Amino acid sequence: MKILVCISQVPDTSTKIVLKNNNTSVNSDGVTYVINPYDEWYALIRAIELKESGIATEIHLITVGKADVEPVIRKALALGGDEAVRIDAESNDPYETAHYIAEYAAGVGYDLILCGKESIDYNNGTTGAMLAELLDLDYIGFATGISIEANTAVINREIEGGEETDACNLPLVISCQKGVAEARIPNMRGIMAARTRPLKIITPSGITAVAEILSYELPPAKAGIKLVSPDDMDELVQLLHTEAKVI
Amino acid sequence: MSVIVLVEHTGGIIKKQSFEAVQYAAQIAGKMGTTVTAVALGSVAEAEMENLGQYGAQKVLHVADSRLDELHSRAYAGALIAAAQKENSKVIVTLHDIKGRAVAPRVAVKLKAGLVAGALSFPDTEKGFVIKKAVFSGKAFAYINILSDVKVIMLMPNTFPAKKEEGKAIVEQLDVSFSEKDFGVKVKSVNKVTGEVPLADAELVVSGGRGLKGPENWGILEDLAKELGAATACSRPVADSHWRPHHEHVGQTGGTVRPNLYIAVGISGAIQHLAGVNGSKTIVVINKDPEAPFFKAANYGVVGDALEILPRLTAAVKKFKEHHQ
Repeated sequence: MKILVCISQVPDTSTKIVLKNNNTSVNSDGVTYVINPYDEWYALIRAIELKESGIATEIHLITVGKADVEPVIRKALALGGDEAVRIDAESNDPYETAHYIAEYAAGVGYDLILCGKESIDYNNGTTGAMLAELLDLDYIGFATGISIEANTAVINREIEGGEETDACNLPLVISCQKGVAEARIPNMRGIMAARTRPLKIITPSGITAVAEILSYELPPAKAGIKLVSPDDMDELVQLLHTEAKVI
Repeated sequence: MSVIVLVEHTGGIIKKQSFEAVQYAAQIAGKMGTTVTAVALGSVAEAEMENLGQYGAQKVLHVADSRLDELHSRAYAGALIAAAQKENSKVIVTLHDIKGRAVAPRVAVKLKAGLVAGALSFPDTEKGFVIKKAVFSGKAFAYINILSDVKVIMLMPNTFPAKKEEGKAIVEQLDVSFSEKDFGVKVKSVNKVTGEVPLADAELVVSGGRGLKGPENWGILEDLAKELGAATACSRPVADSHWRPHHEHVGQTGGTVRPNLYIAVGISGAIQHLAGVNGSKTIVVINKDPEAPFFKAANYGVVGDALEILPRLTAAVKKFKEHHQ
């Protein structure tokens, strides 16, 4: 069973966002880039667990980006995975990203495609479902548990106000969130081994863009906090009613 | 040419957030000089659908197939596309939620449509079709211009509160032929936490962190939540220590909430936690450490011991409610 894990490079959570070029782009100077947490902690680790338990035979990692994303894909390889693919393109539109990944995946044929529930940079959470459509596969989003029995995946997924258990024949696409896997960190052996694993670079066929980012803006600074005496909760309730108008 | 909007329901009752989506679509339609057609899937009561007229829908296309009571992303996308084709629609609206995120991306790909996920504004048609959305987990906003002829918009819930007006929508049945493949996902079991407000939908959230010292103190937080009619949530360490169930964890790796009011009790406000809550309209922080970073992101703050303050706040809310019946 072959698994493809989609990996996205994102600025570390603690990054302070600085804009440049008249607010048309985000300044990457001094930014630490990491594997998107949902892709790493849940999608990738679950794939590794499935391989360790003998269910999966091969794990491939895929990312869309220029050469500067290679350290991050190498880090993902250090956690586990047999080979990585970098689609040599720059894209921050999910439609474009999904097309590139689908183009490659269709040529290989995977039993399971895993991605994180969303990336922490563009917060779309749409690539997985787009991939499923492009590859004519089933899709389950917001998974909190994945097990494989023969040719069937059994998935726990979040629903509004609870959880649902679904079953679906492979192949399919699943987006993963908390609950899917147990966290782990790469060990030295993994880091050394990752250096020798293949990293393929693929030039995609171009597609016509359907959306573009025109500009960015930073949220206005908070107006400052109003402190209320711990002995006067009536005042807090009044403020929430008359000023904030939330109760 | 009408604007199409997918409405969601729970057990046949249309979700409040769908009223927001219908009204949002109605405003876009008004600008475009066209009308709104809502699409309802599965077993929904006629009166519920007619009431969508109160939020600006002229028509509801109802695909009554009861298999659609469960989420099947292929079938949902097929139904939405059939409706869009029938109406010759150029704009399709869903919510940016669990169902919307399973369906809208499929529709976008199928129709070669640009998509904005988590829309926070109406499209600005001065320079194209430009919509604002939050990026970097709320630390910035991006303005996305959709270039394609057909546009898909996933509206962030709780962005534009819906206001009921007079109106009644016409309900039409829409027959869509599905294939076996459209129902490839089999639902084995559903486990709903009854009597609780789903966190993602909650307008009011009371959230606890390690400052509550232990699960035995959660009762006083729940008392406040009950008095307010709020959902309860928690920080990551609390979920990791199994004081609270994992689905209550909000933050970078847990859930995201966008309530009108978020009361954080005994939570220091690490950046990972803020990423899950910074869409809240008003934030109240109760913490005994005046240096807690959360105070910088809050509108109102109370410095003191949560275990003493919570019962006082609950009593104050109760008193307020009695005077404002």
